[in-house]
Formats: sequence, structure tokens, C-alpha cells
Amino acid sequence: MRYSALDIVRQAFSGNRHWKPVWREPQPKAHYDVIIVGGGGHGLSTAYYLAKEFGITNIAVLEKGYIGSGNVGRNTTIIRSNYLLEGNEPFYEFSMKLWEGLEQDFNYNAMVSQRGVINLFHSDGQRDAYARRGNAMMMHGVDAQLLDREEVRKMMPYLNFDHARFPVLGGLLQKRGGTARHDAVAWGYARGADQRGVDLIQHCEVTGIRRDEAGRVLGVETSKGFIGCNKLALATAGHTSVTGQMAGLRLPIETHVLQAFVSEGLKPVIHNVITYGAGHFYISQSDKGGLVFGADIDYYSSYAQRGNLATVEHTIEEGVSLIPGLSRVKVLRAWGGVMDMSMDGSPIIDRTPIDNLYLNCGWCYGGFKATPASGFCFAHLIAKDEPHYTARFLRLDRFERGLAIDEGGKGPQPNLH
Amino acid sequence: MASLITCPHCGSRPKEEFSIRGDALPQRPAAHAPDEAWHAYVYLRDNVKGVIFEHWHHVGGCRRYLVVERDNVSHDVLSVTDAARFRRAAASGQDGVVAAGKDLA
Repeated sequence: MRYSALDIVRQAFSGNRHWKPVWREPQPKAHYDVIIVGGGGHGLSTAYYLAKEFGITNIAVLEKGYIGSGNVGRNTTIIRSNYLLEGNEPFYEFSMKLWEGLEQDFNYNAMVSQRGVINLFHSDGQRDAYARRGNAMMMHGVDAQLLDREEVRKMMPYLNFDHARFPVLGGLLQKRGGTARHDAVAWGYARGADQRGVDLIQHCEVTGIRRDEAGRVLGVETSKGFIGCNKLALATAGHTSVTGQMAGLRLPIETHVLQAFVSEGLKPVIHNVITYGAGHFYISQSDKGGLVFGADIDYYSSYAQRGNLATVEHTIEEGVSLIPGLSRVKVLRAWGGVMDMSMDGSPIIDRTPIDNLYLNCGWCYGGFKATPASGFCFAHLIAKDEPHYTARFLRLDRFERGLAIDEGGKGPQPNLH
Repeated sequence: MASLITCPHCGSRPKEEFSIRGDALPQRPAAHAPDEAWHAYVYLRDNVKGVIFEHWHHVGGCRRYLVVERDNVSHDVLSVTDAARFRRAAASGQDGVVAAGKDLA
């Protein structure tokens, strides 16, 4: 499916009734070179880069729902690369660079908007920590600016600067950060993969992993029958423990629910992405005008894609304490997504103890921004059997080797990351 | 998720009074157990989809650790037991920890 200006005119005169589906709906073949379980952002981008960059096109992506029904359509669409640690920053910066060229690369409008991401700080200690993070970013060639209170006030005068407990003292700004249209990211990758011959098989739930006596994966049992493969790749964040269990893997992951919210449409008011250093609140404004925001996970383990009212209250209290003007804004929708909370808050892109089984998981609530690099690095791993340079720290065995990548310094407590 | 948790010491209380620690089933290995045992205890989780046992700390009440048995898909709370009692019942050789939780409910 390709688009042109002429198409738009032609379709407009015929009531927009003749648009063709953007990707095929193939029946599964008996065998593929690579099967990717999970048709979310990461699974689709993995298939796309495998086909485009690594020349493997005999691929199936198996999705139990429909394309875009999982977390790729449930996030707050923030993209950024403002990490501290060596294990994370080059990886997320690689992702940021892919975002910057993504629309040209897959020829689809993903509405990537580099409107700037600012992390506010509220104490001297927090300022020092952010200065350190900004310096670490610059050491990796990433843009970072430490703004003082007056500079922040010029950008966002509506903040509660004189809050008695958490005054806004300044912020760490990454100008290249911003937002992207999450559904379009899924659609763009899906279309690009489909055009290169990848079979996107929707409503096909994997129910088991078949292995031979030596332990190698032969294929997967699905709701559409058995499908064989040479290599099996799991990109099922949220349900990684469930699919991992099918291959006997016990993983450093707990599943939790995170909620997100969108308000009624407003005139342009919030021009950047703002995160509240005193809480875990983050907010931006979509191009439709709705304020998109969220905060902490619900803290208890959950596989349900719905959250708790106490967390709704907590989130909105944080929002109003940072931006008092929000108090009269009406919330239009709230939703939940389930995510892999890993033991150090960082993801895993690695091989497994099973020879031809590959794992992409543990994205906590940072998976969306990583979509391009996650797919690229996972494709690299699957195609070459060695990690991409920027993802070499994201190993499955890093916990037993004492090499956890704990950005927040919170220890092995998944609900705190 | 239920809004109320029935604490065995304090009665029916709002769930915001509790702080959630995580999976209650991993057993702390002996101090000199091999690294693999400690790695499994500290980092690996079954992360079952369905009925789970979780440590909840009643920070806004009796400050006891409790074991909350609940379904993490339907969010139903099935039982709440004092953690010490839960562990003793499990250690006394009853029919597995899962059964112990149910007996004490």
C-alpha cells in the first residue's frame, strides 16, 4: 500500500471507500526461518530491520490480538535518550538517532516531534544528580542543558514554582527528545515489514513451544496450528514470563500494570514533555490538544490491562501539585497496559540458554522510546548471533554476574523501577 | 484490584495503607548456599499469571508483613494471612505453600 497526493484527491471524490488494506492477512506457512512472537512495536520493528538491514525475509510475526492492540498503542508516546549509565545511554541514543530518520526510512508519517523533554528538579541534591546525568549524556555526545529556575519559567510559566515542599528550581532539558505518534509507529513498521515479504499473522496466539530432545526449538504451537521455525524470537513484554515458561525459562521479571490518561482537547498550552522530579508524573500535549499524562505503576503484580482508582487519584494529585491549572481539566480516558518490570529497571536483549531461542523483554515502562533500537539490535542478534554494540550490556545473565544496570539505584525490587 | 484488604490483625482496611514488597514464595537460602541459589532467590520469579502470593506490609496499621493471596488477572483477593503464620504453616510440612495459604484463609 502506497500513498500519493493523487490518491487522496481520488479517494476524497469517491467517499474514501476504496482504500486498500495496508498489509496482507496471510495464512501461516508450515515453516519460517524466523518466527517473532509478539506483534507490538518491538516485534514489528525487529521484523522490519531483519528484512531491510539483514536480508532475512522468510519471517512470521505472530500476534495474539491485532497489530497495535498492546502497549505500542497504550503508552504516553515519549521519546528521549537522557540516561546516566554506560549500559543504557548509547543504546537509547542509537534509538533517538533512528527516530530522527525513521519517517524517511519507512516512508510513513510517524509524527516525530522533537519538542524537548525536561526533567524538573526540586532540591540542591537533585540538581547535582541531574547535572551529573547531563554530563554523562554529553560524554556520549548527546545534547543536554541544565536550566535554572528563570529559564524554566520562560518556557513553562504555568508551573507551581513556589510549591512549599517541592519548589521548581530548574530542569535538565534534552531538546532532541519529544513525542511520536505511537499507532503510526506500529503501522509504519508493519507496512514496511509486510512490503518486504514478512507475514504478519494476527489473532494467532502461541500456546506452546515445541523442542526436540536436545532442547532446540522446532517451532510453536498456536491457535492456528503448529508452525515450524529455525529461530524463535520472543518480543512479548508484559507476558514474557508466560511465553518464557513455555520454554522452561524462569526470568528476572515481574508483570505490573501502568495506567495512562488523556484529557479533553485544549488549545496549545504545554509545548514540551515535562517530568516532575518530586513525583513520577510526566505530561505532554498531543497534536489533537489532549493532555497525555501518567505516573507510577500500581505497585502490585497484575496481568490485567486495567488499573486502580487510588493510582488515578495519586497521578492527578501529582499533576495538580505541579501544574495547578490542571485542576479543572476533565479527564477523557484512562487505560492500563501490563509490562515486564525487570530487576534493575533495564531491558534484556539476549540469547537464552536454548540455542535458537532469542529474548527481548524487561522494558519496564520505557519500551516505546526504544522501539527502533530494540528492533534493530534484536534483528542484529538474531541474524548474526552476536549482540549489537550498543546493546551489549543488556544481557540476561547480568544479574548473576553482578552487572545489573540499575539507573535508579533501587535494587532488585521490580515495582520500584 | 479490591479497594479493601482484610488484615488479620486490624480488620478491613483501605489498600492504600499497605506497601507491596513482591512475591512471597521464594525461600531465603542458607547464608553459604551456592551463588546460583542466591541468584534465583534475589532475581528470578515465577511471575505466574493467575493466583499469586504477595508480601504486603501494613505500614499504615499494625506494621506486620502479610501474605495476600490474589488473582492477578481478575484482581480478586482470596486470602490474607500473617506472614509468620504463613511461613510456619508452609514449614510444618503441610501440602505445599499454596495449600497452607488456603487452609489459613
